[in-house]
Parts: sequence; structure tokens; C-alpha cells
Amino acid sequence: MVQKLRLLKESPSQTAGPYVHIGTNPNWVEITGVWQEDLGLVLVDPETKGERIIIKGRVFDGAGDPLKDALIEIWQADAEGLYNSPQEKRGKADPHFVGWGRQPADGMTGEYRFETIKPGRAPYKDGRLMAPHITVWIVARGINTGLHTRMYFSDEEAANAKCPVLARIAHKARVPTLVATRAEENGLPTYTFDIHIQGEKETVFFDI
Amino acid sequence: MSDQGSFYQRDRSWHPLAFTPSYKTSVLRSPQHPLLSLENTISELTGPVFGHDKLGPLDNDLLRNFAKTGDPIGQRIVVYGRVLDENARPVPGALLEFWQANAGGRYRHKKETYLAAIDPNFGGCGRVITDEEGRYWFRTIKPGAYPWPNGVNDWRPAHIHFSVFGHAFAQRLITQMYFEGDPMIWQDPIVATIPDKSAIEQLVAALDRQNTLPMDALAYKFDIVLRGRRSTMFENHMEGN
Repeated sequence: MVQKLRLLKESPSQTAGPYVHIGTNPNWVEITGVWQEDLGLVLVDPETKGERIIIKGRVFDGAGDPLKDALIEIWQADAEGLYNSPQEKRGKADPHFVGWGRQPADGMTGEYRFETIKPGRAPYKDGRLMAPHITVWIVARGINTGLHTRMYFSDEEAANAKCPVLARIAHKARVPTLVATRAEENGLPTYTFDIHIQGEKETVFFDI
Repeated sequence: MSDQGSFYQRDRSWHPLAFTPSYKTSVLRSPQHPLLSLENTISELTGPVFGHDKLGPLDNDLLRNFAKTGDPIGQRIVVYGRVLDENARPVPGALLEFWQANAGGRYRHKKETYLAAIDPNFGGCGRVITDEEGRYWFRTIKPGAYPWPNGVNDWRPAHIHFSVFGHAFAQRLITQMYFEGDPMIWQDPIVATIPDKSAIEQLVAALDRQNTLPMDALAYKFDIVLRGRRSTMFENHMEGN
């Protein structure tokens, strides 16, 4: 026998199931009066610094159908590239920006939508700057362990080309699966980020 | 030894695989490419903080937080435990959100069609933030088992869903709690997505007769373990800091 190493194992994941919204967005499924508002719907207030943007998209299964029961969370830096978290040691993030959002996919169309700001750049482990990006986490019925991916910006070509994380993707043809395309909609820059769980256009997912 | 380094890699043989044909919905909702292993960056080592000010006084009381005319029908229970990391250290300030069916196995959700009755006094959602020692507790009723469309006669064992935020986005976890002694655990295609029997047992809450509330409610203990971090002693510091 030898001495024991670490004491515990991580609790195994289980699917969020079809009714995840009861626990995360009860008001959205008409369970009203339990708490005032569902968490994560609003990311910005009038004093938040940075360029206002819309992010929208759908999550597709291997048959090409959009998931209408998915739940999408995002986590991002502020306009200066700082995270609003105690683990952030480089400086103090914008107090008007938490950086975390959560939206259910629309029950009819499968579309999700966030109103947020464009993040600044944060460093990779070795100090090189990563391109601006948003961390995305997807759960739904049929997804046994939540899927982590990243959204990058189509108007950041130079930064994307030098991003040490995007450089890790061996199959260069798959890099565009992480890049959201920018367009103007109702006067706001709108990025479309469709996520393909499976199939020819399968999104790159990370084991972080 | 501080624990500010990267997280231990997730043990993918302990978690369910993505592609689990006995749980049919997973077939078209599972990536086929390997996941790209990424050493943690600041984007994964950080995470949102939820303050106690976000919570209301009845958020951890499912007996009362949706009650209209009285208490919900069902076996009254207390669920309690701790949120720890893999280094067995408590995780204070963790937000837990939970949701469940009522005593008859019916969820209050607009897309749910199971014929068991809705309970007018039961919403089925709650949340809590762990204290300085990582502890939490809430009151509810024991959920019922229910049939679901997978095989023609598949039933879910009684369970409570948990969503957990630790201190970093890398620790984000959704899982389910089962109840000690339930024979239906071992017939469930969703439980069976977990390949390791000891891993399944980690999700089975223990009936705790010592902490039963006399003449009131049974108690179940359910500890949750989130990923732990390496000591910074073992980190590479390429920039010489």
C-alpha cells in the first residue's frame, strides 16, 4: 500500500433534462411569484463601459434541427479584458458588468439572444493575448455533460489569427465554427453564433 | 499550499460519455469529434459570484415558496450536505439551484404532458448559497417516479436536479440526486449513462435518521464535489513571475 492521494472524485454529471428551466428560469415557464426575476437575463446597465452588441443563434442537433429546449450560458471579460471575479488578480473589472448571462432557447424557433458588450482581450498562460472571446456553455436534454465552447468575433481577424487558443485547433477548417459573423440589425452590431453539436459543421468543443 | 493553479483535468471515465444509445436523445446531441483539451486560461479560472442579496427568504423552502392554499402533498424531507472540491475543501458561496417533480412525478412545465396531477401548492424550484463551511440545506417533498418516452416503459427513479456554480466557470456542473434504497435507480437509462458503479453511488443521497426532524420530516444527506485545483507550486511560470 501507498499513501492516499486526492481524497474525493468530482460528482458525475447528469443531463439537465427537458425541464431545466423550472430551476433556472422559473418565470419563463410561468412559475411566477417564487423569485422576482430569472438570473442572467440582463448583462448591461446604462453605465456599463464598452460597445453594445447582440449575440444570437441556434443550437443544432445531428439531424440539423434546432434544439428548442437548450439552455445557454455565457461568461466573458469586460471591455478592458478583465473578469469580474475574485480570481481576477490583474485589476478591478467594471463594477457595472458581471459578465455572466443565461438564456433559454426559444421554445418555438430555438433561437437564443444576449444583449451584452464586446469584451477586451485577456492573456493566455504565457502572457500572449488571446483574441476577444466569450465562453459558452450549453446544456439540454440528451446532453449528458454540459458542452464548453468559445465564441470569437468575425471583425477581429488579426487578433484571431494570433490567438494561442485558436492556434491549438489542428484542423484549420474547423476554426470558423467558433467565429460569429457580424451584421447590423436595428442599429446594433449583431453577431450570429450557431452551434452545431454534431455533423459536418460540428462546433469545436473544449475539455477545459 | 494555496490552490490557485489550474483545475485537475475532468475524469471523463467517471462522467457519462456523450454518446449513450440507451438514452436515445443523446444520439443526435453528442459531438463526434474529440473534445479539444485546453489548459485552463483566465477565462475558465474565473467565474461569477452570486451574493446572498439575490435570494429571498423562501428560496430554500419548496414546501412554502409556491404554496397557495396549504402545504404540497407528499413526504416532507430535508435535503442537506456540503459542496466540497476534490481536495476535500469546502466551497463557500456556491450557488445551488434545484428543480424536481411533485409527489406524483409531475413537473410544473408548459411542455410536460404526463397524466399525474399538478399540485397547486408546489412549484418545484429552489436555490441556496453555501455558507462558509460549504454547507446548504433545503426543505421539500420527496418527488415521485415517472414514465418518460425513451423505451415504451422506461421510468425515471425519484430524483432532484442540481445546478452548481463553484468559484470558476471550469467547475460548472449539472447533476441529479437519487434516494437511498430506490430499486429503480438501477433500471434507469439516464443513470446508466454513467459507466462506473461507484460514480453512480456518489449521486445517491443517504437517508439520515440522526437528523430526521421528529414528527416532521425525513432527512437526506447529499454532498456535491466540484473540481479541485492544483497547487501553484506545480504550475509553469513561463513569464518568470
